[in-house]
Amino acid sequence: MPGQFRRRLVSRIMTAATVLAAVLAVVPLLLIFGDLVAKGVSSVNWDFFVNSPAAPGEPGGGVANAIVGTLIIVGLGALAGLPVGIGAGIYLAEYGTNRFSWIVRFVADVLNGTPSIVVGIFAWTWMVKPMGHFSALAGGVALALLMIPMVTRTTEEMVRLVPHSLTEAALALGYSRWRTSLGIAVRTAWPGIMTGALVAVARIAGETAPLLFTALGNLNFRLDILQPMQTLSLQIYVYATGPFEEWHRLAWGAALVLMALVLVFGLAARYATRARFSHGR
Amino acid sequence: MASLPGPERATSLSGRNTGDRVYRGALTLLALTLPAALIAILGGLLWNAWPSVRTFGLEFLFRSTWDPVAEVYGAAPMILGTVISSLLALLIAVPLALGVAIFLTEFSPGWLRKPVASLVELLAAIPSVVYGLWGVFVLIPLLRSHVVPPLRAALGWLPFFEGVFYGNSMLAAGIILSIMILPYISSVSREVLLAVPPAQREAALALGATRWEAVWSAVLPYGHLGIIGAVVLGLGRALGETMAVTMLIGNRHEISASLLQPGYTMAAAIANEFAEATTQLHLAALFEIGLVLFGVTVTVNAAARLLVWRVARGSAVGSRAL
Repeated sequence: MPGQFRRRLVSRIMTAATVLAAVLAVVPLLLIFGDLVAKGVSSVNWDFFVNSPAAPGEPGGGVANAIVGTLIIVGLGALAGLPVGIGAGIYLAEYGTNRFSWIVRFVADVLNGTPSIVVGIFAWTWMVKPMGHFSALAGGVALALLMIPMVTRTTEEMVRLVPHSLTEAALALGYSRWRTSLGIAVRTAWPGIMTGALVAVARIAGETAPLLFTALGNLNFRLDILQPMQTLSLQIYVYATGPFEEWHRLAWGAALVLMALVLVFGLAARYATRARFSHGR
Repeated sequence: MASLPGPERATSLSGRNTGDRVYRGALTLLALTLPAALIAILGGLLWNAWPSVRTFGLEFLFRSTWDPVAEVYGAAPMILGTVISSLLALLIAVPLALGVAIFLTEFSPGWLRKPVASLVELLAAIPSVVYGLWGVFVLIPLLRSHVVPPLRAALGWLPFFEGVFYGNSMLAAGIILSIMILPYISSVSREVLLAVPPAQREAALALGATRWEAVWSAVLPYGHLGIIGAVVLGLGRALGETMAVTMLIGNRHEISASLLQPGYTMAAAIANEFAEATTQLHLAALFEIGLVLFGVTVTVNAAARLLVWRVARGSAVGSRAL
């Protein structure tokens, strides 16, 4: 039957089209990773890790200041953001049936979709402006605000997955309610919560926009969190848009290091913490 | 919001003794941080944008001059540029993302599912600034040598492909955006398609439909709201994306129909000019752009969530990017 043949042909063609789409989606990833390695590896050597940037246009120099700065600012963000996000998530899971919880949940999703540049403006308004100068601390606050909604939602999901029979058993044994929540529900969900936290850390480690006018960047090695500080992402931005060949070379090296850092957090999230519940899909 | 099965914890855990009350109070305070942050963001934006709102009124949105010397500001080129670059990104990303989602849920052999899904989601893990770097040094030269010449030869008579191509352009920004939002659209659509009951496609197949006909006539119609939600979510990402766009779009305050010409977006304008704004009015104008951007993304995201919630569970979409 010719109609039958045509229908089969259409089905074949469309199946092939979806295969093509999958291939086309993976190609940019391979290209980007390939270029990162090809162009980045040559700049990564010992000097690259231990030196701070050379004077503009001069050869040599490294990103030691940016690596340390990234770790400090991301650390500040995690220090401020994780307790809040985890706490709010536990609240939503344990008491999350009232109207206030509905609002918190909705706000978490709204904040999750807020452009990171707007979060940068927020940190500038409430940190940089009152303090009168740019600082790593303000950058950390911006990153914390980016983390909180992500961590809140994953924590809620993880605590909710804890079987009721476990918490009920604890209550039946005479545990007080807060000890049941903290000692049974949260503790059982902990690996999952940590996975969510590490994913959030991986995401903020690569952020640039919220740091542009908070941490600002710094060409020197600085550890004072009340002063401007460099991060890998800021350094890549400055070097990539700058005029010098040497800078472009360093930008690729810094990008490779940043990508590796993000992937390490991501892989840690996936493998190191053994989640006790499968994700149900 | 998945409803809790069985007895609600809210009643079983609301405490009577001191420890329980302290615990609940502390958690409530932490949860309160989120609405407080939203109010602080909105309040800060409104307060700082006020001089500009008062001076320019609604005209701010429609004027295309941006002159820090004469202190006249209008956001039309940025608003239009944001919309055009995002739509261009959707135009490229949506068919690809849907193709990926359909492939992964309907056609892929089992062993290929996980690796392909992970690879596509890995796109979401690449930092924006790295996309920008790659765009500047790889994508733009590629466009210049291999894409734009044939494009102009074929479609040069259209106003969208007029003028000299220098590299930094709406086209470059749109393409990089499409790569960046693809993982979000495909992973949400995939979740939506997975939520379609198997009976739906089995019924179509039993009636003699080919595999594609089952997808097209039974699966996609069932999940269409969720898929629209996924696309709107991708749009929300594209609208607010900053670094890669700033590095590729050319940052010019002009409106041009040609995709080969430089443009500007709201996020890029803030990123570029915020630290250098000298007068109070300049800063206020940038704050007003931030306010518009915030308003638009909140609306778009809220719409997307409502659409996706109808079909798939209300999970925190995008937070599982890795």
